[in-house]
Amino acid sequence: MTTFFSQFVAGISIGSLLLLIALGLTFTFGQMNVINMAHGEFIAAGAYTTYVLQTSVFAASATGLAFVVSLPVAFLVAGLLGLILERTLIHRLYGRSLDTLLVTWGVSLLLQQLYRDLFGAPNVQVKAPSWLEGGFDIGSVTISYARLFIYGLVILSLLAVWIFTSKTVHGTRMRAVVQNRGLAEASGIASAPVDRTTFFIGSGLAGIAGVGITLLGSIGPTLGTSYIIDAFLVVVCGGLGQLRGAVIAAFVLGLLNSYLELWTDASLAKVILFALIITFLQFRPQGLAVQKTRAFA
Amino acid sequence: MSPVTAVESKRTPLMLGRDLARGRVGFLVSGLCLLFLMPALLTDFRLDLLAKFVCFAIIAIGVDIAWGYGGMLVLGQGVFFGLGGYAMAMHLKLAEAKELGQDVPDFMSWSGVEKLPAIWGPFQYGWVAIIATVLVPMVVAFLLGSLVFRRRVRGAYFAILTQALAAAFVILLIGQQGLTGGTNGLTNITSFFGMDLTDPGSTTTLYTMAVIALGVAYLLARQLVHSRYGRLLIAVRDGEDRVRFLGYDPATVKTIAFTFSAGLAGLAGALFVPIVGIISPAMLGIVPSIEMVIWVALGGRATLVGAVAGALVVNYAKSGLSEQFPGAWTYFQGALFILVIAFIPAGVAGGIRAWRKRMAEAATERQERAAAASGYGETRFE
Repeated sequence: MTTFFSQFVAGISIGSLLLLIALGLTFTFGQMNVINMAHGEFIAAGAYTTYVLQTSVFAASATGLAFVVSLPVAFLVAGLLGLILERTLIHRLYGRSLDTLLVTWGVSLLLQQLYRDLFGAPNVQVKAPSWLEGGFDIGSVTISYARLFIYGLVILSLLAVWIFTSKTVHGTRMRAVVQNRGLAEASGIASAPVDRTTFFIGSGLAGIAGVGITLLGSIGPTLGTSYIIDAFLVVVCGGLGQLRGAVIAAFVLGLLNSYLELWTDASLAKVILFALIITFLQFRPQGLAVQKTRAFA
Repeated sequence: MSPVTAVESKRTPLMLGRDLARGRVGFLVSGLCLLFLMPALLTDFRLDLLAKFVCFAIIAIGVDIAWGYGGMLVLGQGVFFGLGGYAMAMHLKLAEAKELGQDVPDFMSWSGVEKLPAIWGPFQYGWVAIIATVLVPMVVAFLLGSLVFRRRVRGAYFAILTQALAAAFVILLIGQQGLTGGTNGLTNITSFFGMDLTDPGSTTTLYTMAVIALGVAYLLARQLVHSRYGRLLIAVRDGEDRVRFLGYDPATVKTIAFTFSAGLAGLAGALFVPIVGIISPAMLGIVPSIEMVIWVALGGRATLVGAVAGALVVNYAKSGLSEQFPGAWTYFQGALFILVIAFIPAGVAGGIRAWRKRMAEAATERQERAAAASGYGETRFE
């Protein structure tokens, strides 16, 4: 029972980070048909932002402050990286979905090597703020404050995204473009700025996820690669551009991963998960949540 | 029947007489060059390297069939390469153990496995292993292909799934230490069906085998893409729904191409193992798999010559550059991805083909104009 519950805690925290990462992917994929492989490196950008703020900007005594400040800064850094990528490369490639995948893979290689040259190949450690050390017990299971902080961070980000997409004018425009780009443009929505904003926000969320990941362990140049594929699987299972589908898929995948590792071993877990996803796609090839639209796919 | 015949009759002007003859001459010349000239010119070390790249060229042909001609971006070709490679390496390790009078290969006894696992059993027989190197990848690809294509999972979804497959495969190989040799893979392969691989003379033999396999793979692929099926495959790439409305089943068409490409990758893996003497998860994970795509992209997708040339050139550049500047190679490779895909999506061979076509059109136009000016051409009202 204890292991059952502790796996649950671990699964939820993997799932919530996956969700934060997958949100950006599912928006850019759903809205612009862009598969951004460099998204993983935006996560690393967020993580390294925390590292830089702690080591070079703030005093050693102010690790907690540095950590809090790094949240908005990481959002901006990763968001700007995304914006630069969209402006320089991706906007040339709209309509060539598979090619965006390969081009952004190239970008991801460049960024990884850049991190290696800037911060060194070995992993570095970000100090967690002192108020996140320790945890509390439920029965015999300890939930660390760090994990709790990640849950809170993800819930807040999710709430912000939900408010943005459903309550603001900009969000309404965004949803219109996702549902039917041609009709949205015909109704007077300039789609290019909407695309830029989506890219900025989606990449920024990856940066925030990066800050959260620093709480779970050391960070390295290839930090993003270990999360990006699982995040893409969340997108595939959740359905394109759908908040609800992504939420369900992220937690189901996170928990499945965690329990399969408990029941079998870690190496078999991935294979079984893959088989489950293929089976799932037999029933819901479009993913969980399907946007009903009359636009041509 | 009719839609295909219509397409076919349209292509004949492009591939007629001269082009076809030039293709044959080119194939013969480059084949003879590879077979006889290179072993004479290169040192054993360089020839060994070239033999490895020839194996990669076989993979590239497969990737080109699936991606260039069929529009299926396969990011997990390393899995099929690995299945072929491991099948071959398993037999070679068993043969070696038998010669030394051991029950199990060396790495198994290191990790405490005393009895031969059941899955290794059939690989004692050389013919089983040889068939398995091609058949196992094809069966895996066939199962995966028929499951996903039938449900119309395509495009980026398919690409992501194949990448996830590569990730899962590598994790499995690393995790099952006693069964697969873990991170190190199957190493120290020193003999190949009675041939001593430490003997320098073996390089030429293995190289010749690889070149012949490449030639056969090339001819098979060429036959495939120029057949009626090949036209159908291209049609599926360019308009899957239209093909479906014409009464064909795109899922079957795609599954065949995907299975064929997996078989080629398996064959390449089987040849790769005796040449390099090792197969390990690092050679077939996500990164190597996506590199296989860039070979084809640079050479020119949907041209077979481009795929082969791309594999050879990129790997030569890689071995040259990464020896001298290890860090710079990654930058170079990243830049290569970006520049080729974003700015010359047709690749080098595709670019040349387009240029040649333009020149031919310009020449015909000139002739027509000259004919019209001299008054002998038919009168045209335009």
